[in-house]
Amino acid sequence: MSKPLNIVVCGSLVPDPLQTLEPVTTPQGPGLKNEMMLPSVLDPWAACALYEAAALAKARPGSKVTLVAVGPKAKLQQLMMTVAQKAPFALVAVNAPAGGFTDAAMTARALAAAIGALPEKPDFLFGGCASASRDAGVTLQFTAELLGITEFFNAVDELKVADDDSFSVKERVEGGQYLASTCKGFPAAIGWATGNLPEPPNNPQVGMMNMRTLMPALMKAQTAEVTTGGISYVKAETPASKRDTVVKKDMSVDAIAQELAAWIRG
Amino acid sequence: MTIKAFQVSGNGVYAQDVPAFAAAIQGAEVVLFPGNSRVKRSVPAAALRAGAAVDTNVVDLALEGDRLVAQRWAYRQRILTTFTRAARPWAVVVDPSLFADVCAKLGVTAETLSVDASSSTRTTVEGLVAAGAGGESTIKPDSPLLFVAGAGWTKKQADGALHLDDAADAIKGFLAKSGASLGSSKSLVDMPEAAAKFTFMSHMNQVGQTGSTPRHAKGLSTCCHGEEPHVVGWRFVNERRAVNLDANCGWAQGKADVLYVADAFEVVKKLNEML
Repeated sequence: MSKPLNIVVCGSLVPDPLQTLEPVTTPQGPGLKNEMMLPSVLDPWAACALYEAAALAKARPGSKVTLVAVGPKAKLQQLMMTVAQKAPFALVAVNAPAGGFTDAAMTARALAAAIGALPEKPDFLFGGCASASRDAGVTLQFTAELLGITEFFNAVDELKVADDDSFSVKERVEGGQYLASTCKGFPAAIGWATGNLPEPPNNPQVGMMNMRTLMPALMKAQTAEVTTGGISYVKAETPASKRDTVVKKDMSVDAIAQELAAWIRG
Repeated sequence: MTIKAFQVSGNGVYAQDVPAFAAAIQGAEVVLFPGNSRVKRSVPAAALRAGAAVDTNVVDLALEGDRLVAQRWAYRQRILTTFTRAARPWAVVVDPSLFADVCAKLGVTAETLSVDASSSTRTTVEGLVAAGAGGESTIKPDSPLLFVAGAGWTKKQADGALHLDDAADAIKGFLAKSGASLGSSKSLVDMPEAAAKFTFMSHMNQVGQTGSTPRHAKGLSTCCHGEEPHVVGWRFVNERRAVNLDANCGWAQGKADVLYVADAFEVVKKLNEML
């Protein structure tokens, strides 16, 4: 019989993608206007990692999923109100900034310290292949390296774990292809792309069960120093992207197709 | 300032690539890599191992006096940052489509990086497989045209019925005749109906916030109603046209050059006859 898995998922909050983001200068470096007021969501790729972890844990009875999140405590608490209803997990919160201008190495050190303090070493270290804030795609590799994990797969859409603890993965590579690999056992770090699972529906029962442990975990959140580190920002700007759209309402299908065909050929 | 650049191709294995990349970075001042999947997988850990700073997805690098200034996007192509670092070594992973231009601009010739494959690893590479169940890949990074399909292709049409087979035929026909690369909205790739019928499409086709941000000269969006997440996917598409039944579509207004208010089913079928 296959053994239970200990899966640690790294993931934090990002501004809701539908929000308008405006960079501002703060004493700590660049930031977002009204950053603390912006509605947040769980980082989309990290969310995929969490759902994949929950599905994998469900398939292996006794497995445990721990979400390790570096972010402002108050905002993490708000975020947990929705995320907690998606899947069963334990939370380790680290109180620190989680914006897109912070130094990934400092975030990784905070993550590695929190994961290293867990009672058991992870079999799998999961996370998104990049965040929707910094979008660097380096934090998980840093964290794995700091934890001494030597097998890492990036932009993964499929993970199949066999009963003997070997597993196969499909990583996204160039040209719309996957690189298929197999690995003989744990530990390993997986940077998830979207995976293949839909977002789980909200389950209030799971939410209530999670909140019993999430709130104490938030209260216990340690503070870590995460800043812009060694990055010296010269500027941060939102490029003008508005176009003068020509709306063509009364053209026949033939005329539209003709115009588009000429445009495609041109 | 000494700037080195390394050309990296193939797929590699993480446990073997990391020591090789770390050796290339160690002792250098600035090291440039093209941001392909192999580099993105292994260079971050290699930089950490070599005691270097690393920045990825860099879109421009310029020497300003005695400092090297880089540009990269934050928040998924929504905020452009310009920055520098004093730390050395500094590993800079440049967007792969801009790597040659950046090297030329800095007067650097890229060397080929050799990797010693004898390092121990638990990973065995089995090979490449196409995404989706349709065999041939519908993602063509070199195509001049990106065709984006939205969830509207799976909605009830004027006769009150779904026409998923017709939609699949129209999209496949267009891709075959135009040679376009296929992009999709998240709402479409997430739909079980689409997964069953649009076998030529997978999550790899998704553009936008949790998808890719491809670079194509032209983009044609169909049945795609969306706002910022779609705009992100189109950031680097130069000429943009959209076919949509909604003249006030939040995605198209201010984002596309031309918006045709029409039924995409009819337009694409007619277009397939003409191409």
